[in-house]
Amino acid sequence: MSSTTNTTTIGTIGAPSRRNTELALLVFAVIIPVFAYINVGLAKKQEIPAGVFGYALGLALLAGVAHLVVRKWAPYADPLMLPIATLLNGLGLVFIWRLDQEPKITTTNLGGPMAPGQLMWSTLGVALFLGVLILLKDHRVLQRYTYISMVLALALLIAPIFFPPRYGARIWITLPGVGSLQPGEFAKIIIAVFFAGYLMVKRDALALASRRFMGLYLPRGRDLGPILVIWALSLMILVFETDLGTSLLFFGLFVIMLYVATERTSWIVFGLLLSAGGAVAVATFESHVQVRVHNWLNPLELLDGGVTETAQAMYSFGSGGILGSGLGQGYSRLIGGIAPKSDYILATVGEETGLAGLMAVLLLYGLLIERGIRTALAARDPFGKLLAIGLSGAFALQVFVVAGGVTGLIPLTGMTMPFLAQGGSSVIANWALVGILLRISDTARRPAPAPAPSTDAEMTQVVRP
Amino acid sequence: MNKPLRRVAIFCGLLVLALLVRVNWVQFVQADELKNDSNNRRVAIERYSIPRGDIIVGDQPVTDSTTTGVGDYKYKRTYKNGKMWAPVTGYASQAFDANQLEKLYDKILTGTDDRLFFSRTVDMLTGRKQEGGDVVTTLNAKAQKAAFEGLGNKKGAVAALNPETGAILALATAPSYDPSTFAGMSDKDSEAYNALQKKNDPDDPTLNRALRQTYPPGSTFKVVTAAAALENGLYTDIDAPTDSPLPWYLPDTNHVPLPNEGNIPCKNASLREALRWSCNTVFGKISADLGNKKMMAEAEKFGFNNPKVDTPVRAAESIYPEDNRPQNAQAGIGQASNRATPIQMAMITAAIANGGKLMQPYMVDKLVAPNLNVVEQHTPKEMSQPLKPENAQKLQDMMETVVKNGTGTSAQIPGVTVGGKTGTAQHGEGNKDNPYAWFISYAKTDKGTPVAVAVVIEGSDTLRGDIAGGKLAAPIAKSVMEAVLSDKK
Repeated sequence: MSSTTNTTTIGTIGAPSRRNTELALLVFAVIIPVFAYINVGLAKKQEIPAGVFGYALGLALLAGVAHLVVRKWAPYADPLMLPIATLLNGLGLVFIWRLDQEPKITTTNLGGPMAPGQLMWSTLGVALFLGVLILLKDHRVLQRYTYISMVLALALLIAPIFFPPRYGARIWITLPGVGSLQPGEFAKIIIAVFFAGYLMVKRDALALASRRFMGLYLPRGRDLGPILVIWALSLMILVFETDLGTSLLFFGLFVIMLYVATERTSWIVFGLLLSAGGAVAVATFESHVQVRVHNWLNPLELLDGGVTETAQAMYSFGSGGILGSGLGQGYSRLIGGIAPKSDYILATVGEETGLAGLMAVLLLYGLLIERGIRTALAARDPFGKLLAIGLSGAFALQVFVVAGGVTGLIPLTGMTMPFLAQGGSSVIANWALVGILLRISDTARRPAPAPAPSTDAEMTQVVRP
Repeated sequence: MNKPLRRVAIFCGLLVLALLVRVNWVQFVQADELKNDSNNRRVAIERYSIPRGDIIVGDQPVTDSTTTGVGDYKYKRTYKNGKMWAPVTGYASQAFDANQLEKLYDKILTGTDDRLFFSRTVDMLTGRKQEGGDVVTTLNAKAQKAAFEGLGNKKGAVAALNPETGAILALATAPSYDPSTFAGMSDKDSEAYNALQKKNDPDDPTLNRALRQTYPPGSTFKVVTAAAALENGLYTDIDAPTDSPLPWYLPDTNHVPLPNEGNIPCKNASLREALRWSCNTVFGKISADLGNKKMMAEAEKFGFNNPKVDTPVRAAESIYPEDNRPQNAQAGIGQASNRATPIQMAMITAAIANGGKLMQPYMVDKLVAPNLNVVEQHTPKEMSQPLKPENAQKLQDMMETVVKNGTGTSAQIPGVTVGGKTGTAQHGEGNKDNPYAWFISYAKTDKGTPVAVAVVIEGSDTLRGDIAGGKLAAPIAKSVMEAVLSDKK
């Protein structure tokens, strides 16, 4: 905390709140998906889709209300995050609606059209976002719930074991009559709260009580405890829930936060060693992981004479080329099932908007991540810093793991692209995540209150006989 | 805490950068490869999104397209007299890709070839739908019909060439298949396709026997052996007696004789008589006298041992083997490991008929854009010169004797000079399988040499005793030659 003074974004009194910038950007964030929506309609049915006004109005309303609430309850919040999230969510809705237009992947068996549901979840997500901004006056309140968070996060992470696996991974909780949700998405936020609270208390012990060995600070055995517990937990998720993505996400998140809290590179070395060791160990006996790795190394291989989803996604990307086939004119439905709307939504983005569109979307994610980290830099309290970097780091890892998996950079894991992909849990949790980041950034960027007149100083001027 | 934060910021930036690099790799560097991968269904979807261009014989297209009305593919390929033209066109199927001309000229036929860029752009600007170009073949509809009907229910193949240009005039195979039956992608198409596969139909109807099947050429190969004898100066006078004992024993063997077919006058026979009677002893000995290297060199000049005979559909490689002396002697009479495709035997005949000059065989005359501009035009190319003109003349003389009063009399055409050679190739261990009947011939008029033809018939039980090339194969060769000649008049 020694260098906060020269990195804070607090300027002199009267720093601009940037709310008007946000409003201008939001206009684009609404207009672009609306045009995309019209584009799909023209391409698929040669007419402007009937629902365009409803959709435009709905999106504008969500964005408008969100903006007004931010203006009122978090006036100094970061101006970029809300527009980026709105744009990604809006585009996601357009892509899902676009895929709904393909009868072959929109059968009743596969759940029918998904855009209406996604719109509802997005609304709920925005509601939660607003709730966070309105009810959470100060993020430091969360610090009080450090250990409750831990229990809750563990419960959420372990719960899916007791439910049947879907699409090869146990990452779902199925509630009869309500539907199913992916607790991992919520656990991501809650566990960041726990880590932030825990590390803020323990960071000095972790950082200072260590021996120096070959240029590395070796932590004491008992301080290694927590990291080993998290490591074991993430391996358990991998083994029992066969969920590579969540496992990677939590371990990576912990290592990043630990590194930031202690400023000790040795933790990164330990983290990498442990995760590499764990991954290799699990890969040797876990067939699910082996299959994923095999598919990653041989993406175009035929399975029983048929083309795999992995190969279909690669064909989608390749066929899109630099400029893409145009919205509504690609064949990403060939991937089959509901995957094109959820895990493989990026394949549609890549095929229909081309390399240009996909790079733009990835840059939007990059921008959102870096704004989150900027918030962490600007935050004035260690808890806020840790929480902001935790949330941004989790978001970054998720984007990397999903996009890297779909494009064949790393083995595929079962996670969804934040905001873009179909999935209620994901969109709700990520709106909440952005809400918390906005709250922290509002606190960070708010001008320092004018120094209160010191009563002591006045007292000294009073000379009493 | 800010130093590690900055580092984490850089790390996250690198993650995004890695993703950007990866998508550039997939969507730019690998894009074409993925886009055109044979398992990428978009290839077929695009292929059938417009009516396909046609494959043309003479002035008539032998292909067409119909709308399907269902599924991903708007149009479907149809064929006129598909069975007859299948060895030329190949197939274009929604479910089973394409082969031969349909595959090789796919980009022209679908209008996506780079050379059609201009016509495509004009279509786009004028709002017309993209159209496919046409492939104009060199085939002769009458000759093809004569060949196909001549084969009838027999198993075999016919290849006919224009010796002067190398243009392929007929390319028939039997049994054949109708590519229309599996052009779509319904269950019926799959059934039809599977039924045609070799594992379900031992006759292998989808095999293009004229181009892709090699057979022992038998006695027809003796013209190559004779050519080698003349070219290497072993004999120069075709009417002088050769040094040919009877019986003649295979070299390096313990008196294993090379038998002749019946009791024929082969002792010290002249080359002309030896070819007329088809003497195994004379030609076996020539091959042995010349040796494996010289025989191989001559065969290679005629196109053997060349894996890249592209018409443009690639012919299977015909083999004159590198072998020991007794085997080489047998190879000299078209047995042992000697293997040739029907198109290869037609090339040999054409080279002899064309004064010793072998022309590159081809079956695509030109590619035509939708606006009727010629995109590509074939110009006849010389492939090699296996014979000196005077030796070619001598061989023609000998082959004409075969037809005039030898084994090939059934190929005679009144008023036309015909030269030919019969062959009956043994097949299987100890000749237990039915032999192959061969006939190669050319026809000459005062206007030139318009046709050379090779016919092979795979034997069937009923014909076992009487399968000599002259009986089965020569009549087919004759009708093909007549068809070409009638067209020239």
